[in-house]
Amino acid sequence: MSLVTEIQELAAQYPESRSAIMPALRLAQERYGWLPPHALEEVGEALDLTPAFCMSVASFYDMFRLEPAGKHTIEVCTNVSCALVGAQATLEAFEQELGIHPGETSADGEFTLRTVECYGGCGWGPVVAVDERYHEPVKPEDVPGIVQRLRDA
Amino acid sequence: MPRGNIVLSGAEERPLTSIVDYRAAGGYAQLAKARQMEPQQVVQELLDSNLRGRGGAFFAAGRKASFIPRDSPKPVYLTVNADESEPGTFKDREIMLRVPHRLIEGCLIVAHAISSKHVFIYIRGEYLTEFEILRAALDEARAADLLDGVTVVLHRGAGAYICGEETGLLESLEGKRGQPRSKPPFPAISGLYASPTLINNVETITTVPKVLEIGGAEYAKIGPPDSTGTRVFSLSGNVVRGGNYELVNGTTLRELIYDLGGGIPNGRELKAIIPGGSSTPILTASEVDTPLDYDALAKAGTMFGSGAIIAIDDRCCMVQLGLRVAQFYMHESCGKCTPCRVGTRWMVQILHSIENGAAGQDDLDLLLDVCDRILGKCLCPLGDAAAMPVASYVNRFRAEFQEHIDNGGCPFGGESSLDHVFAPVDQHQHAPVATEAPV
Repeated sequence: MSLVTEIQELAAQYPESRSAIMPALRLAQERYGWLPPHALEEVGEALDLTPAFCMSVASFYDMFRLEPAGKHTIEVCTNVSCALVGAQATLEAFEQELGIHPGETSADGEFTLRTVECYGGCGWGPVVAVDERYHEPVKPEDVPGIVQRLRDA
Repeated sequence: MPRGNIVLSGAEERPLTSIVDYRAAGGYAQLAKARQMEPQQVVQELLDSNLRGRGGAFFAAGRKASFIPRDSPKPVYLTVNADESEPGTFKDREIMLRVPHRLIEGCLIVAHAISSKHVFIYIRGEYLTEFEILRAALDEARAADLLDGVTVVLHRGAGAYICGEETGLLESLEGKRGQPRSKPPFPAISGLYASPTLINNVETITTVPKVLEIGGAEYAKIGPPDSTGTRVFSLSGNVVRGGNYELVNGTTLRELIYDLGGGIPNGRELKAIIPGGSSTPILTASEVDTPLDYDALAKAGTMFGSGAIIAIDDRCCMVQLGLRVAQFYMHESCGKCTPCRVGTRWMVQILHSIENGAAGQDDLDLLLDVCDRILGKCLCPLGDAAAMPVASYVNRFRAEFQEHIDNGGCPFGGESSLDHVFAPVDQHQHAPVATEAPV
């Protein structure tokens, strides 16, 4: 099914089709890995919105990617609760293991590393999301194993 | 201490995710009962219960429902706020994981109470597993013909704290940037698609089946009169056993942190307590006997908030705590109101300079002044949520801030638990902090 058709089916569950823009952007991102200009055009076409409007929405939300990302995304929460129990050490272990800093993608295109604001796992911190799945808690010594499993996958 | 058994009841040993298990535990009986009642009677039970909103504002749920007009020519919407993002808070997540059907039952009861046929559950985008569990539960409820003509749409957010603010949520649900609206008009009159809209937090809605089961008047007898019932408290930070604990309101911080949470690990001392999520003013260790209820916390100069308690031990530098909290709110400011957009940035800048030893005596007053210029001057409470806690750190731990000024830097010498924590604002190269330094 084309992306446009799929989005229009989504839109049917809302009283106004514009409400489907977030699920639509998510679908487009799942298809292309990020939101290149042509993805915003397709979303706009499906929902009768301008690409500029789609961009204004996409750029507001943290989970929409406006540039290419690695095959795997690793997100480390460094908000207060996680930081109090060692999130910075966990983050640094990922930096060392992957050879990149937060906000960067590894040269082989395998990994993107990010820090994120509170992911709501505070009681079991430090929280790390690997490809959107939570791991709680992740200590520095857990990091090589997590990365290795992703490399082997 | 009084353990609560309302919101999470039946799910103590294992999650009640399947409809069979939930029904075996008495699930959906209250929905059947509610549908035999007049809508106004259901609202009356909520009024009698004095159940107050668990999202953070603690507004009376029955009163809020009673604001929805009965004769609206437009459709009436029920919107469930599952955009849990207040730092320290992870209770709604546990509710959705463990008792998703109770949330759905609550939605259908409240929809009946306000004669609504349209329910939207706005769930934060990062909660993927929770979304999948809720979707499976909803499919089961639909297959069991429990929806009775009500449409329930699960709508995933995409990472924006501000969408937990009710009008920001509505904007987002309408397909726009989640920037809050000015009020009035209030959502009860003109909310989603300019129609009457009731917005309730996950925990509030999930409490409703129990209110009907035992009756509003009975529910009101649980806990202190101003804070009836239970809350699912999220405990985190420097404690032995972090996690969610459903307790009768009025339980003290000491009981939660020490008796249930096992106290402070590694032989450290409790230094401070954030009692209701990171936006609430801080308490010192000497206030650990404060009960977790609305009035007692207000009397102590803070707030009940989202019921998220963060224990902080004596390794933590309060300037660094202020910096990390301010960085969060700076990152999440939607940019609509100037005092919040610019003020949070100034706060970060000043706190950086205090921490690094570049600040002078005037900077402490400047920091408090910036907080004061944000407080109450924006459309929504996000700016307040930054200003209130940070001002409280200065006021409660003034000597420690002063020490930074006098010493020309952090007295913890790199040993604080929050030393050089890398915040998401720092990875956005397009918005460097240094460009808007205060003059």
